[in-house]
Amino acid sequence: MDIIVSQLMTGLSIASILMLVALGLAVIYGVTGVINLAHGEFVMLGAYAAWALQTEFGMGLLASLVPIFIIMAAVGWLVEVLVISRLYDRLLDTILATWGIGVMAQQAVRLAAGGELRYVQMPEPLSKSVTILGATDSAYRLFILFVALALFAVTWVIYRHTNFGLKLRAITQNRAVASSYGINASRIYRLTFAYGAGLAGLAGALVSPLKSVSPEMGTNYVVDAFMVVVLGGTQSLMGTLASSGILGELSGYLAFYSNDTIAKALVLLAIVVLIRFRPQGLFTARVRT
Amino acid sequence: MNKNRRSFLKATAALGTVSLVGFPHIWSKNASLARAADGQIKVGVLFSLTGTTAIIEESLNKATILAIEEINAAGGINGMQIVPVVEDPASDPATFAEKARKLVLSDKCVSVFGSYTSASRKAVLPVFEKQNNLYWYPTLYEGRECSKNVIYTGAVPNQQQDDFVPWLVKNFGKRWYLIGSNYIYPKEENNYCKKLLAELGAEVVAEEYVPLGHSEFSSVINKLKAEKPNVIFSTVVGDSVVALHRQYHAAGLDPATMPMASLTTSENEVAAMGGEAAAGHFTSAPYFMVWDSPENHKFVDAYKKRWGADKVTHFVSEPSYFQVHLFKQAVEKLAGSDITPNTIREAVKGQEMVAPQGKVRIEPENLHTWLWPKIGQCQADGQFKILKQSAEWLEPVPYKAYPNQKCTAEGLKQV
Repeated sequence: MDIIVSQLMTGLSIASILMLVALGLAVIYGVTGVINLAHGEFVMLGAYAAWALQTEFGMGLLASLVPIFIIMAAVGWLVEVLVISRLYDRLLDTILATWGIGVMAQQAVRLAAGGELRYVQMPEPLSKSVTILGATDSAYRLFILFVALALFAVTWVIYRHTNFGLKLRAITQNRAVASSYGINASRIYRLTFAYGAGLAGLAGALVSPLKSVSPEMGTNYVVDAFMVVVLGGTQSLMGTLASSGILGELSGYLAFYSNDTIAKALVLLAIVVLIRFRPQGLFTARVRT
Repeated sequence: MNKNRRSFLKATAALGTVSLVGFPHIWSKNASLARAADGQIKVGVLFSLTGTTAIIEESLNKATILAIEEINAAGGINGMQIVPVVEDPASDPATFAEKARKLVLSDKCVSVFGSYTSASRKAVLPVFEKQNNLYWYPTLYEGRECSKNVIYTGAVPNQQQDDFVPWLVKNFGKRWYLIGSNYIYPKEENNYCKKLLAELGAEVVAEEYVPLGHSEFSSVINKLKAEKPNVIFSTVVGDSVVALHRQYHAAGLDPATMPMASLTTSENEVAAMGGEAAAGHFTSAPYFMVWDSPENHKFVDAYKKRWGADKVTHFVSEPSYFQVHLFKQAVEKLAGSDITPNTIREAVKGQEMVAPQGKVRIEPENLHTWLWPKIGQCQADGQFKILKQSAEWLEPVPYKAYPNQKCTAEGLKQV
């Protein structure tokens, strides 16, 4: 019994990390259509920001979450202004440009902070385990689950219930028409990109106490994030939520009953098969084209 | 004008070619064959400074450079300075082979110090065998290799496990869970471990491999909770080590009853996972930073002075350091006109020195190194406490898991 609960919690925990990492990517891609290959590096920069705030200013992880979001949103905003805004509607160029930004970010961090693995302390009150229905689980993992759901809810509310979100959806459906009604599309894009980068930074900071922090850590996360977004459907927030849930539970159970190597292969295979028959992903937003 | 310049270039190129190939015998003894021209001895330094394994290889580069600088500051080798040619193979085996070729063929290095991963060593091996040059490999590795062109100064499985496995069985019990990264090193180590466990009557409850770079261990931890093994034998490498320890700690598992016994967790990984996640787990290695010997104090002080007070030394950086000194001892015995990879290999056979870990020796038969295995338990301050050192130095037996094969000076023999 407790193993079943443990395994369920494990799946949810994997899912919550997947969703944290994928949410920013989904927001950026869903709205602006930019495939941001530097997303993994935004995650990495967030983790390094947590490390820097901790070692330079002695700030705990929880206290540094808000500054990290602001710093990374500023980074995203700058990247949008300097590079992305000049490349809209040029898909291949944005892929190349964001990839280049990612490589530069990796090397910049390596030069500034060195190549060794870095340590970010887990918040003291969360570094123990708790018991749920007879199964023990890490308090910190539950905390990540909670934060991931909260961030999803915030994003959902912004998207569905604010004036900004209304403009967002209008642009997503038809940019030309939306612009002709006086919506400043480039401003909306800029804010979206900043928000997505801020989310990525939060993801990096939050996973850093469970995993390791290194200049190359982003590469793995960007692959995971793309899996989630591709499976969920590129313009659907609900799709992101559902597909991270499915992928998390699936890889958790497969890894439990076989091993992580096989689980990874099978999950990728499942996605390939699904995309073959349903290229738009599980969920689709109705968009007039 | 243009045409003139072009013919000028052609003429220069032709002259250059003539001077390269035209008079092969005049300076060859000093410049080409002996490769110790102008009172300089060129060596290659081939550790990744970028890419995924740069994290660890940077420290190997630093230990190598430190040793070279020490030797040069003390007057070099018979008055000749060692000149390091540093290349960055970028954690990519193909680039390793390409840079190795450059170091051997165009820089004419008499030896190359390099590699951390087995993949990169396997990639450069054909270069060194074909050009009959020498590669100095400082990393502990899976054994099962016999080349007269590689000097191996890291531990092979028998040197890490012969003391460690029986000690763990005695102190913790007979149910073992083997976990490693999915490549050759963990598989060969586990092969040997299973052999030892079978002799001790212990049981392997699971043997499992995670992808390289894997960082999500929650399912593994659930399996550990279900199986409740006495010992978790870990050959997970790189940043996965950090993730596994941190998640083990966060899940509230207790190293007092279910310790991880690792062949790959050094001070480097411990610094990244934090003392609280590392405390209580065990590592077997010939070297720990806290080892109390005058040679080690000297090494650690020099390393920190050269590269920064927050830097750590570990069981791969120590061989990176002492193997350069062994190189020096070997070359010292040679006449300045006779320094070639061949003569260096013959001179290094049986060479001994007191390294930071203790007195080491190059085994003449298989060019591996006699080492001093130790068992360390990690403490909350991020350093190891050494619980046990082997009674005497241990012979390297690279084919210990394969009793019908033996590595000799003449190559691999079937027995």
